[in-house]
Amino acid sequence: MEVLKIATAGSVDDGKSTLIGRLLYDTNSLTTDKLEAIEKSSRKKGFDYLDFSLATDGLIAEREQGITIDVAHIYFSTKKKSYIIADTPGHVEYTRNMVTGASTSQVSIILIDARKGVIEQTYRHFFINNLLRIKEVVVAVNKMDMVNYSQSVFDEIVADFKQMQTKSEFKDQNITFIPVSALWGENIAEKSDAMSWYDGETVLSHLENIKTEDFNEISQARFSVQTVIRPKSEKYHDFRGYAGKITGDSLKVGDKVTVLPSLTGSTIKEIYFFNKNYNEAPAGSSVTITLESEINVARGDMLVKFDELPEQTKILNATICWMDGKALLPGNKYVLQHNTNSVLAKIDKIDTNISTDFSGTIQASSLKLNEIGHVSIKLSKAIYIDKYKQNKENGRFILIDNQTNTTAGVGFIN
Amino acid sequence: MKEILVNNALESEAIYIFREVVGQFENPVLLFSGGKDSISLVRLAQKAFHPAKIPFPLLHVDTGHNFPETIEFRDRLAEELGLKLIVRYVQDAIDDGKVIEETGKYSSRNILQTTTLLEAIEEFKFDACIGGARRDEEKARAKERIFSVRNDFGEWDEKNQRPEVFDMLNGRIEIGQNVRVFPISNWTELDVWNYIALEEIEIPSIYFSHEREIFERDGLLWTASEHVYRNKEELIETRNVRFRTIGDITCTAAVESEAVGIEEVIREIRESSISERGARIDDKRSEAAMETRKQQGYF
Repeated sequence: MEVLKIATAGSVDDGKSTLIGRLLYDTNSLTTDKLEAIEKSSRKKGFDYLDFSLATDGLIAEREQGITIDVAHIYFSTKKKSYIIADTPGHVEYTRNMVTGASTSQVSIILIDARKGVIEQTYRHFFINNLLRIKEVVVAVNKMDMVNYSQSVFDEIVADFKQMQTKSEFKDQNITFIPVSALWGENIAEKSDAMSWYDGETVLSHLENIKTEDFNEISQARFSVQTVIRPKSEKYHDFRGYAGKITGDSLKVGDKVTVLPSLTGSTIKEIYFFNKNYNEAPAGSSVTITLESEINVARGDMLVKFDELPEQTKILNATICWMDGKALLPGNKYVLQHNTNSVLAKIDKIDTNISTDFSGTIQASSLKLNEIGHVSIKLSKAIYIDKYKQNKENGRFILIDNQTNTTAGVGFIN
Repeated sequence: MKEILVNNALESEAIYIFREVVGQFENPVLLFSGGKDSISLVRLAQKAFHPAKIPFPLLHVDTGHNFPETIEFRDRLAEELGLKLIVRYVQDAIDDGKVIEETGKYSSRNILQTTTLLEAIEEFKFDACIGGARRDEEKARAKERIFSVRNDFGEWDEKNQRPEVFDMLNGRIEIGQNVRVFPISNWTELDVWNYIALEEIEIPSIYFSHEREIFERDGLLWTASEHVYRNKEELIETRNVRFRTIGDITCTAAVESEAVGIEEVIREIRESSISERGARIDDKRSEAAMETRKQQGYF
């Protein structure tokens, strides 16, 4: 079955968790015991309605404070599709968790409180969407019941959002605006009678109609070696297979390839998936490849088609989203993880700090937690890169703090 | 042979995670309970490393209160695949006075497993422990990363987890720490069952309908066993049941069922209005039962 991965974004109290709870409820995905648990907790909190956020806020601290701190992954399915929703936090201080949730998603649902309209957080969420280049965006204008289901309120928010969109450089996206009341389930799975002026789809029918094949961005094939498979058994005495995931485009038996960084040439002999071999394997598949010639290939190496070499570089220019409490400063050293390869990295220069309200960039000398900026980085060894906008998998990296081992930032190669 | 591979995204993701474990860690282990999720993990690991053998051992923390069918199945599987199976016993920790056995109506060794697990991790210096937990099972598990770091004491710092962006898994840890790895994080219960059906994976017989002596308590069907506390009012009867989830005999309830084949089991699950963990007595202790156990190092 088709799987659609969605991330929600919105400010505190915009009703993200309620919207997800409503989707679960309206698709009969909440089982009796889960529903009973929600009823019990809602009563305990003195609510006269079902507080669906209790279905997704899984941590004690979240339920105590009534906020989402970290990403929760929620699963439901209809006859047509399986859905994975990353319910991400709205608070500015948890932006890094929002990026975590959104990074694996194909669709983003941005919630706007109809009473508040487009606010700073909306800018920020849309900015991060665009940084990640998420193509499908649903803007759910929520709490329409609290503005008398007013069409003019909705239209004004749509106009404000479109104004913001003109400032974004990422244009290759499809934005759908839907007026909803998550609490009362209006335009979530069922059409709202109170908003007869809206003739578009409900949130659910829109998601059902999204074509997931449109998300497969074909670029050039990249195959990062994760581990080398050497059975050393009698039957497979000389077997030497390279295990990894194909990205960008498919690979075929007979393809002439270059191994990076050694720049050795060879030809694909076999493509194994478990105990069968195939003539061709698509992007996204985890396979084992053998080569015609015996050459030295190890974890961190990359196989590419001989006429599709990525760029070799020891200097990176990237947009970095900083996720650590310890600021990013020039001269700092990190481990840079790029696919399965790791190299040492030294921050050369922080060029600018980018405002997430699309107002432009300002000169900066550091990047603090949750800030985004243009950074130049020097590497201890050359790596083979693509630009993120051309090849997502080979155009991104993470920076790991040497002392704490934490993932301190994520970079998008420009 | 000359055909095009059709990619199964969930399967490829799990295989990718297994290979990252072997690429990034020196001493991984697969936590094997004999349940359907860990059995599926074993198949995925086979696929990840074929034609080589699975390059890590299996570890089972045996509470001594298991269903005998599960133990028999566990030993046979390890034998057939030529895998090293390590078993550590909760009973030993009880005998050594490290943990105290619970008593009373809801007594279970479920929580006691944590001590034995953490000791085994220390004994073998495992740096990555692969498990079959899924995010759809339970709301605290819904918050888990795929590579989830545990400190020296096995604790989970749930409010301060490492960002995990795209498919880039960061397995760097200090000595003494370990990472819990969840390759089927994004699978649902039905995904697992469908996979077992598709791959024709053998699972323990108690997942299918069988006659069993049970008694009713709190609307759940408990197995009548010397390990399970039962008072005089709780009468034993024989019914046709199966298990939807298998843990320890003291914390896993049966469901009434006539399903003898996998397709029938799948149909019953699809039509069920109760969640899988609804039959887990260990989750019902409090709203945060899972989170509290996880903080302490539970799987």
